[in-house]
This record gives sequence, structure tokens and C-alpha cells, in this order.
Amino acid sequence: MSGPSTYDPKTGIERWLDSRLPIIRLGYDSFVDFPTPKNLNYWYTFGGILTVCLMIQILTGIVLAMHYVPHVDYAFASIERIDRDVNFGWLLRNIHAVGASMFFLAVYLHIFRGLYYGSYKAPREVLWILGVVIYLLMMAAAFLGYVLPWGQMSFWGATVITELFGAIPLVGGPITEWLWGGFAVGNTTLNRFFSLHYLIPFLIAGVVGLHVWALHVPGNNNPTGISVKTSNDTLPFHPYYTVKDGFAIAVFLVIFAAFVFYAPDVLGHADNYIEADPLVTPAHIVPEWYLLPFYAILRAVPDKLGGVILMFGAIGVLFILPWLDTSKVRSMRYRPMAKWFFVGFLIACLGLGWAGAELPDNPVPILGAVGIDFLFFGRVLTLYYFAYFLVILPVLGFVEKPKERPASIDAAVTGGKSAAPAAAPAE
Amino acid sequence: MTDETQAVDGGEETTRRDFIYIAAGGTAAIGGALTLWPFIDQMNPAADTLAEASTEVNLAALDEGVGITVMFRSRPHFVRRRTAAEVEAAAEADVNRLPDSNARNVNIGDGELATVDNRSALTAAVADGVTVDEAFARTILVSGANCTHLGCVPTEGAGEYDAWFCPCHGSHYDTAGRIRRGPAPENLPIPPMTFTAPTTLVLG
Ligand code: HEM
Ligand code: FES
Repeated sequence: MSGPSTYDPKTGIERWLDSRLPIIRLGYDSFVDFPTPKNLNYWYTFGGILTVCLMIQILTGIVLAMHYVPHVDYAFASIERIDRDVNFGWLLRNIHAVGASMFFLAVYLHIFRGLYYGSYKAPREVLWILGVVIYLLMMAAAFLGYVLPWGQMSFWGATVITELFGAIPLVGGPITEWLWGGFAVGNTTLNRFFSLHYLIPFLIAGVVGLHVWALHVPGNNNPTGISVKTSNDTLPFHPYYTVKDGFAIAVFLVIFAAFVFYAPDVLGHADNYIEADPLVTPAHIVPEWYLLPFYAILRAVPDKLGGVILMFGAIGVLFILPWLDTSKVRSMRYRPMAKWFFVGFLIACLGLGWAGAELPDNPVPILGAVGIDFLFFGRVLTLYYFAYFLVILPVLGFVEKPKERPASIDAAVTGGKSAAPAAAPAE
Repeated sequence: MTDETQAVDGGEETTRRDFIYIAAGGTAAIGGALTLWPFIDQMNPAADTLAEASTEVNLAALDEGVGITVMFRSRPHFVRRRTAAEVEAAAEADVNRLPDSNARNVNIGDGELATVDNRSALTAAVADGVTVDEAFARTILVSGANCTHLGCVPTEGAGEYDAWFCPCHGSHYDTAGRIRRGPAPENLPIPPMTFTAPTTLVLG
């Protein structure tokens, strides 16, 4: 809510700066006195957590780049050196590698939060689209970063993903050679991937700036999906949400640290500790866990071009989601039917991740008894994934009868008992 | 321009200023587009990468039923001396009913049928003064080793045809390197090749 500014510079220096570069005012209005719905739950802390994740990746990445050598003959050895010889190299590398997974864990919770509470609907369409752009950039950064250690998974992952572009009619071949800078993934490719891996996080930081800007125009959505009406509905961001976010970040970092110190490689693949070999593909190549659902969608189609189109379509459909969902009600708390389709969608995404990790011909546990393999399983879930966006959400808006919604956020929280304006921030 | 000329123009007709606007804008747009090109093209294969290389394979070192993988133009290639049984197994398939019935062999014209002979070293050029045993050449299969789906190297001696199976997304190739089942769209490509001696094959 970009209402009138409440910043009141107290000292001479602040007043001097304020009339030249009102940067303190910007920070104050955005993160101190910013009116925030008073019913935000812990699903709303992931924005702050994601900001921390990005900062961690940039910080650890910059120091890793001081020791990493982007050359096919030295890359693998330089990673081993970081792990074994560089002071605290093992720690910094583990934080960066685990950090990528934690980043995706947080972004998925953040996205599903938005899907459940209808945060993509008017007036937050641009905010949502910027979020999808960030997600795309994150996938690019993670893919490029995963190539850098130049292990077997790095090399073959890079090969498979770049060859996806070869499916494009006519220009596919030239595009893949352009991406490689040669006739296969090689040294030139590794070099440019390093350059781009360094660049993209800073692009992400830029888009995050726009994302927060787009958030602060309409303000936060909230679990009721009802718009803020009076100041009774809000609390100042500081100290209420700085403390809530801070607590969530602390809990998140405990889990993060548990992975870093006790199971740094559990989310990765042992094959990536074998140096890249262009002559031998590992028997079972799969992407990192956070990309598995898309991998399953890619394999669901027996046709090369069709698979690629569907995989990119799975993300593309998120861009137009604000216009696909026809219901006027934002939060699924008040959408008795949509709520269950949402649960189905969540299960479909998890199931796609599972299907992506298995060989297509393997039988699904239990269901295998009736001849269902992971290929078929993945196909059914892919169908549901697309149906959710293209059929279910558009139709539900017309056929569903929403539950009665509270008159205001305040009424939802206090049953309308808070007569006085929201209490002043605690001392 | 002075106020006077503007008054005369009345802001309606085409003026010299309009012309300059369009000319300057057009030049900037074209110049910008042209400047962009070096930044895009630098990513294409460099001159040294393009320099064509050739790879020599000594077939005499291969026993029957043995295959090796060699690098040719920065890509792995299969070279396999097949057993008679393997050649026969491939010959049994109905060429017209294959997922890809094109030979994919640059040594013969595009669009030739993917028969066992059309995909074997029988199609290789032969250097002057060299005689090659045809029965031998027929057993030799040289093909690109990157799955035509998304580029993985299929595992030898595996899959439904006991030839090549791609672990990445489950493509099955037969003993003639032809795609039989799975997401790969094309047969493994046959590179340009020449016999420079009865048992020496040069790729390139
Ligand atoms: C959006 C933020 C980022 C993500 C999601 C990300 C992701 C990744 C991933 C998944 C790896 C492979 C980890 C492994 O298996 O070892 C990696 C490696 C690497 N990244 Fe990043 N990264 C990010 C930001 C950065 C930044 C800002 C830099 C700074 C230059 C950087 C530099 C490196 C380097 C040098 C490596 C190779 C060392 C290694 O593998 O541990 N990264 N990154
Ligand atoms: S790369 Fe071989 S099946 Fe996909």
C-alpha cells in the first residue's frame, strides 16, 4: 500500500539526506511502517526466507568462484581441492550446494501458498508473473551451477538439457551449437556456463526488487483473501512481521544447517563425484530433485518435440494463471470444491517428482500389480497437472458455490470485537 | 529551426525536422541491431573448433562381436564388428515399418532406406588401389554414439534388441543402430568414412 509516507526524519543528517536521496524513507515505508494484514500465518514467512537464501547463494558463490577453475581439465579437481584443501572450503561448498536445494524448497512452499490463497488474482497479476520469472531464472541458475563441478551428472545433465533445444524445427540444430560453442558440450560450454551462472543471481536480485515493488502497491494478500479495508485489519510490518519472519528464518536455518553438517550430499547424486566422461553415460541419469516433476512431464510424451513443448508449457501455463482462474473468491478457505482439487494438484506434483526419479518402465509399487508403470503413472499425473489449470480452475469459477466469507480481516481474526484501532506497536 | 519556420509549417506538413528524427532513429535502430550481432555470434563455434578433424580406426584390432567407442569431431562414435548372427538379426526387420526408415547415412544419398547394408561400412568410400572384403565391410557398423533423443550414450549389449539401450529415457536401438522403440526420433547417424587400407577406416 503505497499510501502517504509516515517517515519523520529526526536528526539533521537524516533531513539533509532525505531531501537529496530519500533512501531511508523508502526503507522505512517499505519495511518498518508498512501496513500488513494482521492475520498472516507462517506460510507468509517464505518471502523473507527466500531473500536470505539468495543472499547466502551470492555470498558463498562469490567466494567459491575465487577457487573454482572453469576448464574441463581442472574444474573437477578444483572442486575436490575446495572440499579438501581450501580453508573451510568444505563448509562453503556444502552451504552453496545444500543452499540450492533449500532455495527451491522455500520457493515451492511460497508458490503453493500463492496458489492456495489466490495471491495471483487481481490486483496482484504482475506480482505473480514476476515471481514466475524469478522461478525460471532460479532453474536456469541451478542448472548452470550444477554443470560447474564437471562430474558425470553435470556433463550428461548439460547434454540432455541443451539437446532439448534441438527439438525445435529448422533452427534447433544451429541453436544447440550456438549454446555449446561447438559440436558437443565441452570446454567452451563450461566457460560460458560459469559466466552465466555468475550473472543470473544478480538478475534475480533485480527482479526481486521489482517483485517487492509490485507487492507494495496492492499490499499483501492474506489467508482470508479478503482485501484490507480499514487500519483495523493491519499491523505495522515492524516489529510484528520482522519478528515473525525472523523466527521462521531461524527455524529454517536450523534445518539448513542440519543438512550442511550431517547430510551434505544426501540431496545430490553420487555419480557427480565421478569426473565427466563424454564416452559413458551413467546408467541412471536424473536431474536434481527440484526439477524431477518437469523431467517426468518431458518423458510422458513419446514424441521429442511434443515432450519439450509440454515441459515448457508446464511453466508457461503459470504465466496466464491469473486469467485462467475465473472465481472471484481468492482464498481456497472459502472454496469448498477448489480446495480438494488443490490437494489433488499438490499430490500430482509430488507424484510427478516420484515418477521423474524412476525409470519409465519400472512398475509403480502396489499399482504395478495391475500393470501400471511409471510412464503411465506420469502420464496420468501430467494430464491432471494441465487439467487443473486449463479445465478445473476455469470451470470451477462458474459451478462452485463459495462459502460465506467474513466481513473483514478484523472480523475473521477477532470476530469483530476489536473496537479500537489496532494497538500501537509494542515498546 | 527558428520559431518562424515552425509558424510557416504550421506543424502539419513534413518538415526537415521530421526527416532528421526518422533518419536518426532509423540509423540508431539499425546500428543497434548490427552491434548486437557480434555479441550473439561470438557464442557460435570458433574457427579452431570448426577446423575439421578426422579420426582413424584400426579395424584389424577388433574381434568379431567387439565394439569400441571413438571420438570424432568432439562426439563419441560407435565402431562395432558384428557377428554374423547380429547382422542377420537386424536384417530380419521390415525396413518399411521401422520408426525411422531413413538410412541417415551421409555416405549415400539422403532418403535411402535404412537397410542393414545401407547402414554398414559397405557404403564407405574406398581409397584408390585399396580392395576391401565386402563380407567384412558388411559386419562393420560405425555410427554416432549420441542417442538421437537428447544425446546420452546408449549402453552396449542391452535393451530389447541386445544392441543398445539408452538409459536416459529408454530408447532401444537394434544391431544396425536403428531406433526401434522409445522417444528417440531417428536412427543413429552414420559419419562420412573412407577405407584407406583393407582394415583401416578413416572418419571424416
Ligand atoms: C540463485 C542463486 C544460485 C543458485 C540456485 C546456485 C546453484 C548452484 C548449484 C546447484 C551448484 C552445484 C553445487 C554442487 O553440486 O557442487 C552451484 C555451483 C557453483 N556456483 Fe552457484 N548458485 C547460485 C548463485 C551463485 C553465485 C552468485 C555465484 C558467484 C559467482 C555462484 C558460483 C558458483 C560456483 C563457483 C560453483 C561451483 C562450485 C561448486 O560446485 O560448489 N553461484 N551453484
Ligand atoms: S537421450 Fe536417449 S532416450 Fe533420451
